[in-house]
Amino acid sequence: MNTVVHSGAEGFLHRFDGLRARLPGQRLAWVQALREGAAEQFRAAGFPTRRVEAWKYTDLRPVADAAFDEALTILGDGEGLPAPRGERRAVFVDGRFREEHSSLDGASFAVGSLAHELPRLESRLGALARPGEEALVALNTMLFEDGLVITVPAGIAGGVLELSSIASRSERPSAFHPRHLIRLEAGASLTIIEEASGPEGTRYLHNPVFEIELAEGAVLTHARIQREGVKGFQLGTVYARIEAGATYDNFTLNAGGRLVRNEIHAVLAGPKSTCHMNGAQLLRDGQHADTTTVLDHAAPDCASRQTYKTVLQGKSRGVFQGKIHVHQVAQRTDGYQMNQALLLSPEAEIDSKPQLEIYADDVKCSHGATVGALDAEQLFYLRARGIPEGKARSMLVEAFLQEAIEGVTDETARAALEEAVAGWWSKEAA
Amino acid sequence: MLRIEGLTAEVDGKPILKGIDLEVPAGEVHAIMGPNGSGKSTLSYVLAGREGYEVTGGSATLNGVDLLAMEPEERAAAGVFLAFQYPVELPGVGNANFLRTALNAIRRGKGEAELDAMQFLKLARARLKELQMSEDMLKRGVNVGFSGGEKKRNEVLQMALLRPSLAILDETDSGLDIDALKIVADGVNALRAPDFSALVITHYQRLLDYIVPDKVHVLMQGRIAQTGGPELAKQLEASGYASVQAAA
Ligand SMILES: Nc1ncnc2c1ncn2[C@@H]1O[C@H](COP(=O)(O)OP(=O)(O)O)[C@@H](O)[C@H]1O
Ligand SMILES: [Mg+2]
Repeated sequence: MNTVVHSGAEGFLHRFDGLRARLPGQRLAWVQALREGAAEQFRAAGFPTRRVEAWKYTDLRPVADAAFDEALTILGDGEGLPAPRGERRAVFVDGRFREEHSSLDGASFAVGSLAHELPRLESRLGALARPGEEALVALNTMLFEDGLVITVPAGIAGGVLELSSIASRSERPSAFHPRHLIRLEAGASLTIIEEASGPEGTRYLHNPVFEIELAEGAVLTHARIQREGVKGFQLGTVYARIEAGATYDNFTLNAGGRLVRNEIHAVLAGPKSTCHMNGAQLLRDGQHADTTTVLDHAAPDCASRQTYKTVLQGKSRGVFQGKIHVHQVAQRTDGYQMNQALLLSPEAEIDSKPQLEIYADDVKCSHGATVGALDAEQLFYLRARGIPEGKARSMLVEAFLQEAIEGVTDETARAALEEAVAGWWSKEAA
Repeated sequence: MLRIEGLTAEVDGKPILKGIDLEVPAGEVHAIMGPNGSGKSTLSYVLAGREGYEVTGGSATLNGVDLLAMEPEERAAAGVFLAFQYPVELPGVGNANFLRTALNAIRRGKGEAELDAMQFLKLARARLKELQMSEDMLKRGVNVGFSGGEKKRNEVLQMALLRPSLAILDETDSGLDIDALKIVADGVNALRAPDFSALVITHYQRLLDYIVPDKVHVLMQGRIAQTGGPELAKQLEASGYASVQAAA
């Protein structure tokens, strides 16, 4: 008997065929070539199956089965957009930049819509992304319609910028694939607080790709709050290249969505550069969240720190895969990776795969993983002081997460993350 | 008043408390002494409601209220406070946050207004000063990196803030130098009132020089083997538990 396996790729390829002439950059030969190349790669690869090593623990069939027949981009009006936290924010609705909801006046750096800037981006778009390696990046390259382009000039402190993404309510499964390009020139700094959300009842795919270039001595804090709707999928890929003395500080909170992958490829490309990749995954019944990091120590005297914490309830599943590759030149590397899971339910499951590949000889590299339940003795101690069980549990879960969050040095970013965690819990108690 | 009648309890199916009868009238402080493994901590956990300590018979009431039917937090709200023999470390939970959350939970239970951060800080500072503790303790994780003595003082600080009607101190004196011991004793004595009672579990007579008990009970193999006045503690100090064993 022959079974036709629906790879889920066809709908997207059809859409590309139909939209080709209308996608941004259709008159730019280099954009066309990029898209066509990516389409070939995506056609060949399809959605990765679990036979692909990097996707061993995350099954994309629910995404494929979501029947994104036409993989529509819906263009809503921004309903349900969370209130701004600060004064500067870029708003994306269904993957498109929406000027009327954004407030970017007075920024000390260049920031704008990728669709608009496209003619000037030939050297940047695709500089780091690898559609040939990552099928979802090929999908993004084939279909991107917009994104945010940021350039912070040398020596400029850019302050805080919010990047809000919201999906619109829709009857049909929709998909959007923003491409964000962020460049900090020498000695520049910026804090990005990114928040992605969507309506509860809508099936959609948010497939963002970030290309982040940090020149010498630049400092980027990138706090990501993922609160997609319960039927939403977010499959995001971040590429970061960190030059000498620069710092990339990423914290990703995975709290929403039905199936989520947070994949980061960071390269410590110049000496004495630093990369922090921290995060928390807060999962309820039915959710699946995957954090996959690939870190290249490609220069000497660099430091990296990764602390990921996953809290699992009900029948949820968490994945952490963390690869650290220390190249031969990367002497005096200082690397640390810790991945811890707190199982609040016997049905929850965590898979963890740390991987160290070390080719330099003078290296300090450690990693560890723990899995456990809430500590009964700690819980009793709190309750014996009059603290109700629910509150006691939430205090211990917050304490568990604290170690990852306190690594975020930027106060605005940390406050936003703490608030998001507290919000998750208050919903939990309700 | 605390009234315990025929209390039996087991741990992992092993009987530990084998019929405890004990009354601590309101306003009194009683000491419980006894060799290691006799069940003193078990009694304190059973009264506080720790999971895994299974009551198989008897009763325990505080001012007529059945303690054994309540959750640990309800017992705390009803006025029970256990100073742990081994205070638990809570990494990532700030001591100030912990103390204020506990105090406000107890206050809610009593129908009193909750304290905001400023009001709490003012109160906590006053108690810290009385206990000769540094304010630094508020900023640290609960018991994390505390010395043995600091942990015990932190227990007394909690007691001073929560103002229980029944305090159970499980070897709060062990590991303390004489100055710290006096501070702990002052903490208990400061709470003494007609509606306050305490069970002071100790190995050493010396604590009872500072907290003078109304009665001393000797717990052996899960039963109260002997009860007497303060002089019983002195006698035990001199001759050990063998004499009690013989008498019992
Ligand atoms: N959690 C426990 N698990 C197993 N046995 C226990 C536990 N707690 C106490 N016991 C046993 O109960 C008995 C009494 O212990 P405990 O109450 O700690 O005595 P004390 O405080 O008087 O030294 C001992 O035999 C001890 O081994
Ligand atoms: Mg004991």
